[in-house]
Amino acid sequence: MVEFVLPKNSRLIEGKTFKAAADAKNIRMFEVYRWDPDTQENPRIDRYEIDMDQCGPMVLDAILKIKNEIDATLTFRRSCREGVCGSCAMNVNGKNTLACTKAIDDYEGTVKIFPLPHMDVVKDLVPDMTHFFAQYASIKPWIETQTPPPADSERLQSKEERAKLDGLYECVLCACCSTSCPSYWWNSDRYLGPAILLQAYRWLADSRDENAGERLEELEDPFKLYRCHTIMNCTDTCPKGLNPAKAIAEVKKQLVQKNLG
Amino acid sequence: MELKTPLAGARGLGSAKSGSGHWWLQRVTAVALVPLSFWFFALMELVFKADYAAITAWINAPLNGACIIAWILAVFYHAALGVQVVIEDYVSGEWQKIVSVWAANLLFFFLGLMALVAVLRIITTG
Repeated sequence: MVEFVLPKNSRLIEGKTFKAAADAKNIRMFEVYRWDPDTQENPRIDRYEIDMDQCGPMVLDAILKIKNEIDATLTFRRSCREGVCGSCAMNVNGKNTLACTKAIDDYEGTVKIFPLPHMDVVKDLVPDMTHFFAQYASIKPWIETQTPPPADSERLQSKEERAKLDGLYECVLCACCSTSCPSYWWNSDRYLGPAILLQAYRWLADSRDENAGERLEELEDPFKLYRCHTIMNCTDTCPKGLNPAKAIAEVKKQLVQKNLG
Repeated sequence: MELKTPLAGARGLGSAKSGSGHWWLQRVTAVALVPLSFWFFALMELVFKADYAAITAWINAPLNGACIIAWILAVFYHAALGVQVVIEDYVSGEWQKIVSVWAANLLFFFLGLMALVAVLRIITTG
């Protein structure tokens, strides 16, 4: 059954507070989820005061400042710092986003930073993405064709055909959408979730791919696809401004066409 | 100990290759229920205002009887489809899930059947 309360060893306890320097004038408080698998302790919330006059504008800047200057034990993923790698996805003040493209000034008061919801935590802000990426691999995210490529050119695509990939190819697989989806929380063992379904549609929409029928057959399943109830959290939270809910609706439309049309 | 690869876990037992019909019929019955519900509301109004003879006379009119029967079929089928989705969402034990889905299906089938018998009894006995 669905669990409505956290298990005992997941309940949050109060952590340490790190004060800003005495001469700091522009202080913001950051509360950060901390959990270390090497101790037997429950996860805790550490509080960090940061002098904003000495800190960059983005949430990731604050986290890097904590790591570099205040508490080197804080663990998180980051790479590109410009919203194209998808590594620094986390839950900030209750909403999933990329820490690198989210301005601290978008929030008022304390900034509360948690790992992506309902994922196993590896440490601190690092969720275990193994199953998510295995689900991605399961939809065969590569071109499948019978026709060999033309001898003297690429596989061609018209401008209109290429335009069908807009709003799909930009996905960086940060998992903000999937981990904001209640259906994915309850049934992620079988439900593919918005990110993977958007990627699946990215290949269904690609004019160069020749395997739409098999792709649709693989997706047609009460759990893999039809756990989507158009809740729209995915579209609401996507830090890239994409619309996974619409992509899923397109997959459903294609299945109606294929099976019932 | 489990040394299964993550991909084996993600692919599981593979696609059921069904589900579109369930999803589609839930929407078709929902759309059908929009006009059909007018007959249901009309019947409810009669139930509260008119006497038994007036109600049976109303049901005996062919269009009214047909629409009420269509409403019964659509509404119980729609309810069964919908409750199945809720059970699949929230009940994660495999056996509990299968048993509750069938219990819900049988319940709605039985309720629909009872409603049908009641209407047909009125129609056949005039």
